[in-house]
Amino acid sequence: MTMKVVGQRVKRYDGMAHVTGETRFVDDVIVPGTLTIKAFRSPVAKGNIKDLDTSAAEAMPGVAGVITAEDVPCNAYGLVPDQPVLVEKAVRYKGEPIAAVAAVDEDTAVEAINKIKLDIEEEKPVFDPLEAMKPDAPKVRPEGNVFMFGERPFRQIILGDVEEGFKKADIIVENEYLHPSLEHAQLEPQASLAVPDAGGKLTIYTVSQALYFHLGQLLGILQMEPDKVQCKQWAPRTGSSWRHNAGFSDINYVGGTVGGGFGAKNDIHADHVTALLALKTGQPCKWRWTREEDLLYSTFRGAWRMTIKDGITKDGRIVARQIKSIRDAGAYSTLNFYVVDKHSFLAAGPYFIENVYVQGYCVYTNKPPASSMRGFGITPATFATEVQIDKIATQLGMDPWEIRFVNAFRKGEHTATRRVVNSVALVEVMQKLAEKAGVDLPDKLMTMTSTERG
Amino acid sequence: MYSLEFTVNGQLCQVAVDLKTTLLEVLRDKLFITSPKVGCNTGDCGTCSVLMNGKLVRSCITNALSAQGKEVTTIEGLAEAGELHPLQEAFHDNYGAQCGFCTPGMILASKALLDENPKPTREEAKEALSGNLCRCTGYGKIIDSVMAAAEQMAQAKS
Repeated sequence: MTMKVVGQRVKRYDGMAHVTGETRFVDDVIVPGTLTIKAFRSPVAKGNIKDLDTSAAEAMPGVAGVITAEDVPCNAYGLVPDQPVLVEKAVRYKGEPIAAVAAVDEDTAVEAINKIKLDIEEEKPVFDPLEAMKPDAPKVRPEGNVFMFGERPFRQIILGDVEEGFKKADIIVENEYLHPSLEHAQLEPQASLAVPDAGGKLTIYTVSQALYFHLGQLLGILQMEPDKVQCKQWAPRTGSSWRHNAGFSDINYVGGTVGGGFGAKNDIHADHVTALLALKTGQPCKWRWTREEDLLYSTFRGAWRMTIKDGITKDGRIVARQIKSIRDAGAYSTLNFYVVDKHSFLAAGPYFIENVYVQGYCVYTNKPPASSMRGFGITPATFATEVQIDKIATQLGMDPWEIRFVNAFRKGEHTATRRVVNSVALVEVMQKLAEKAGVDLPDKLMTMTSTERG
Repeated sequence: MYSLEFTVNGQLCQVAVDLKTTLLEVLRDKLFITSPKVGCNTGDCGTCSVLMNGKLVRSCITNALSAQGKEVTTIEGLAEAGELHPLQEAFHDNYGAQCGFCTPGMILASKALLDENPKPTREEAKEALSGNLCRCTGYGKIIDSVMAAAEQMAQAKS
C-alpha cells in the first residue's frame, strides 16, 4: 500500500505563506485605531511600593488609559497562581511591570510612562540560589524561598538504595556541574493585540504556545464570569486559577502562528495587559515588547547547579547515582516546578542504574522568572551526566564509549521512576554514530544489542 | 512633515513622513506591507531586510527619506507574473523556512547575493547571510535552499 504521507517527504503546510510573506504574525495584524502599549517597570530588584502616582500620565493628551494593580480583577496567575499581572506592593525583580499605558502612538506612550511617579522602598535582594536557601536570606516570597513539592522542599526520586550501591562500588566519582541561564532569543518578540467589541467581549491575537492553558489563565485574571472563576492570591499547587469551560465564549483567542517560541511563549507575557487595557479603553490595544525587554524580562532557561555522585564497579557499571540539583527559578513559579520534575525524573540519563537518589530543588531569587525552554530540565541534566561519564572513563582508564555501552538501557529495564522501557535503541544508535563518525569500536561493543544485557 | 515619493514593488507611493520615520515604519504602518518584521529594531537581526535599488538594507535603521526616488523591493514583489522566484520555490522545497519570521529577510538577502554572485560557494552563501538571524533551522536548510536556487537559476539560463 502506498501511503500519502507516511514515508513521503511532505512540504510544510504553511511553507508557501512563509516564502511569499503572507504569513500574518500577531504584530502583522493591523486594526485601525489601535493604541500602543508601554509598560512602567520596576527600577529595582526588590522593594516595597510606598506610592504610585499615574495622574500626570493619565492627564496627557493622547493617553487613552493607564492601568495599575487596582485595575486587575484577579491579580495572580500561573499554573500556581503566584504571579501578579501588575505589582501592587512587593517588587520581586528588576523590570517587573507595575503599570501600563495605552496611547495613540509609541512616543506618547513612552512620554506617559516617564511621567509616572514611583516611591519605592528598596530592599536587599538575593540573586544566588545558594544564598537564597539560607535561613536568614532576604525573603523573595512570603512563603519562603524554596518551592515546596508537597511537604518536601525538593522533588525526590528514590530507586533502590544508593548507600548500599556505593558500598558495592570500586570507585566513587563526584563532581559539581553548573549550567548558566539561557535566553530563547526567538525572533518574534512577545506581542499581543486585543480588540474589544461593543458587548465587552474580546478578540485576542496571541503568540502563545499554550493556547488553552493561557485562555484559562486569562479568564481567571479577567474574572469575566465571576460565578465560575475564583481568585486565589496564593494557593497550594492544587489550587490553580486554570479552569476548563469558564467563559470561553467571552474571548476569541486567535493563535497558532508563532514566530519562534522554544518555550518562551509557554507563559503569558502580554495578553493579560492588552486585554485589560482594551476593556478599559474600549479600543484595540497592541503591546509589542522591544528586543531589549524581551531579552531582559521575558522567561528564559533558569540556571542549574548539579552535583552528581556515582559509584562504579571496575567493569564500568554504574551501580549507584546520587544527584542534587538546584534550579534558579527567579521570582515566580511559572513552569519552574514542572521543569524540576522532568529534570528529576530523567536526570539519571538513558542508563540502567539500580540505585538512584535525586533531589531537585526549585529556588526563588530576585531575578525575572525563569520557565520552560526546549527539553525543560532534561537538557542541563544531559550536559552534566554526559560530562560525568567522560570523567568516570578517565578515572577508570576506560574508553568513554564503553561506559555508555555497558550502562545503556536494555529492553525491559526501567528508569529511576520504575517506568519500563520497551522501545530502546541506544546501543544501536551509538553503533551507527560511531560508524558515521569514523570511530573504530572494538567488536565486543559492536556486537552488543539493546535486547539483552551481555 | 515631508513628502516621500518612492517605488515599492513596482508601484509608485507617496507618504508623509517626519525626519525620524524609518523605512520599516513606512512599509509596515503606512503601506501595510508587513513582510519586513520588527525583530530587534536596532539593525542586528535582519528580519526587516528589504532591497533598495537592488541593494540589501535593514529597513529598521534606514531613514525613510533616504528612499526618496528609489525602488524598494519586499518579498511581496519577488514573484513575477504569478511565478514564484526560484528562491521562494527553493526555500519551500528544501525546508528553508520553519517558523517563517526570518524568511522574507532571508530570501531577500539571498536574492541580493545571487544577483551579485550567481554561483556562490556554500561558504560565500553563509557569509552573505551572516547578518540574518534564524533560531529554528540551524541555517543548514537555508544554505541548502540558496544553493538549490542558484543551481536552478543557472540551469534556466543555459
